Amino acid sequence: MANRNFLGPAGTVLGPVEFWLLTLAGFALFFGTWSLVAWSGWMPSNLLPSPLAVWETLVRLWNNPFAGHVYAEHMTASIGRFLMGWAIAVGIGVPLGLLMGWYRILDEIVTPLFDSIRFVAPLAWVPLAALWFGTGIGGPLLIIFVGSFAPCLISAYRGARLVEPRLVEAAQMMGASGRQVIQHVLVPGAMPSIISGLRVSAGLGWQSLVGSELIVVGAGLGYLMVQGQGNLSTNIVIAGMIGIGVVGFAIDIALRGVEAWFKQRWGQA
Amino acid sequence: MALRAAPWWISRAVLVGSATIIGMLGLWWVATSGLRLLNPLRLPAPIEVWAALRQILDSGYAGATLWQHAAHSIGLVARGFAVAVITGIPLGLLMGWSRRAEALINPIFLLLRPIPALAWIPLAIVWFGLGDAGKVFVIWLTAFVPCVINAFSGVRNVETILIAAARTQGASTAQVIRHVVIPGAMPMIFTGLRLSLQASWTTLVAAELVGAFFGLGRVLNIAGQDIFPGMIIVGMAAVAVCGAATTWLLTLLERRVLIWRRAI
Repeated sequence: MANRNFLGPAGTVLGPVEFWLLTLAGFALFFGTWSLVAWSGWMPSNLLPSPLAVWETLVRLWNNPFAGHVYAEHMTASIGRFLMGWAIAVGIGVPLGLLMGWYRILDEIVTPLFDSIRFVAPLAWVPLAALWFGTGIGGPLLIIFVGSFAPCLISAYRGARLVEPRLVEAAQMMGASGRQVIQHVLVPGAMPSIISGLRVSAGLGWQSLVGSELIVVGAGLGYLMVQGQGNLSTNIVIAGMIGIGVVGFAIDIALRGVEAWFKQRWGQA
Repeated sequence: MALRAAPWWISRAVLVGSATIIGMLGLWWVATSGLRLLNPLRLPAPIEVWAALRQILDSGYAGATLWQHAAHSIGLVARGFAVAVITGIPLGLLMGWSRRAEALINPIFLLLRPIPALAWIPLAIVWFGLGDAGKVFVIWLTAFVPCVINAFSGVRNVETILIAAARTQGASTAQVIRHVVIPGAMPMIFTGLRLSLQASWTTLVAAELVGAFFGLGRVLNIAGQDIFPGMIIVGMAAVAVCGAATTWLLTLLERRVLIWRRAI
């Protein structure tokens, strides 16, 4: 044992007991430091409430409306808005990416346009989105769309490009039309790349949703946080962050499930 | 003919691409100035965007000129990014090298990672106010997690046989880390940096939109309130240019640091 880590991480294997003890210690470290800082009064409780106070706030928000709605309604408002914006991004981005991978002329037309707006940060669309679609439902949808569009397009494009040319040629030799090649060769072949792109885009879309809610809308978890911040009630802000984290995590888990299912069903990665 | 490669500036892709861009600009002009199809309050004419650009360059807008706003925003991104690199990469290397450190620190990441950096903005405002410290804090958060995770997986992807080879030559742990593990993890670290740089700009713009005294997000915010579409476009273009420029600088740095990898 004198030379632990002789071969780096590959050389050390933790026993399950040690692993779980350390993991528990990690959780304890996090909540312990948080509680200690909050209870010792080193940071005033209106700046950093204790974990317990945040939990109580969560329960209170669950039962009593704040900023117009109870917690679950804020959550569903955010989720609904996210799903709509993301669905539009997937619905446009994936087919467009596939077509760009297949028709060279489309690639040459779209790529420069795409490149010229790619670097505009999604949140920089907020004022324009408000001008175009108002701050109700349309504006935030545009922000979520802009945030999640790029990975959909890129992953579908890359997926279509990575399909073995031999498979395409084989299909063409059998007399498949362009449409048939796309439907039966390109789409299934590009699927693994598309699905991993969907995961990235969902994450980015969820972030953009949070950003847009901080700035423009009247319901949702981000709005709840802004109202909490306006009242200087940090526990409400942290309660909102927890909801955002939980939903974001759930979305990622769900898409991981789809990915795993696909791998199993089609036997590809 | 097909065997002789055309120079890049008359290749088909460049031709079609520039035709598209010119076509879109023409369409923009026709729709706004030529035929006035669109309400100028929704999409400004090119001339209005140009006027807005002149205004912010010459006399300033939202309290400063474009250069000052852009310099302020770039400075914030650079500072937050630097702090994230300094704190995140060593932590990721440590977690990659030691499974004990990984087991101990991973739970904290498990709890914090699903919360996007943007969601920290209200908390940052309560803690630090509307000044620079809060922005540096959220940019640090944006870039910190990818730094840690990529340094971590970079270390884990270093082939054990390389470490073993160094060890048989009598390398100490410090030497192994310095000469095998860190260079091995570098490509992955740079991938993380590139991803988080773009995310940093998004976070910064959001933070500045929520509340700031200076910066490109502030320009966008004021232009939105004034319903000044020309200035909104100028602000968006400025954000894009800054994002592209910093990404380009990072690529230059990457080429320099990863000099042994030719194919990037």
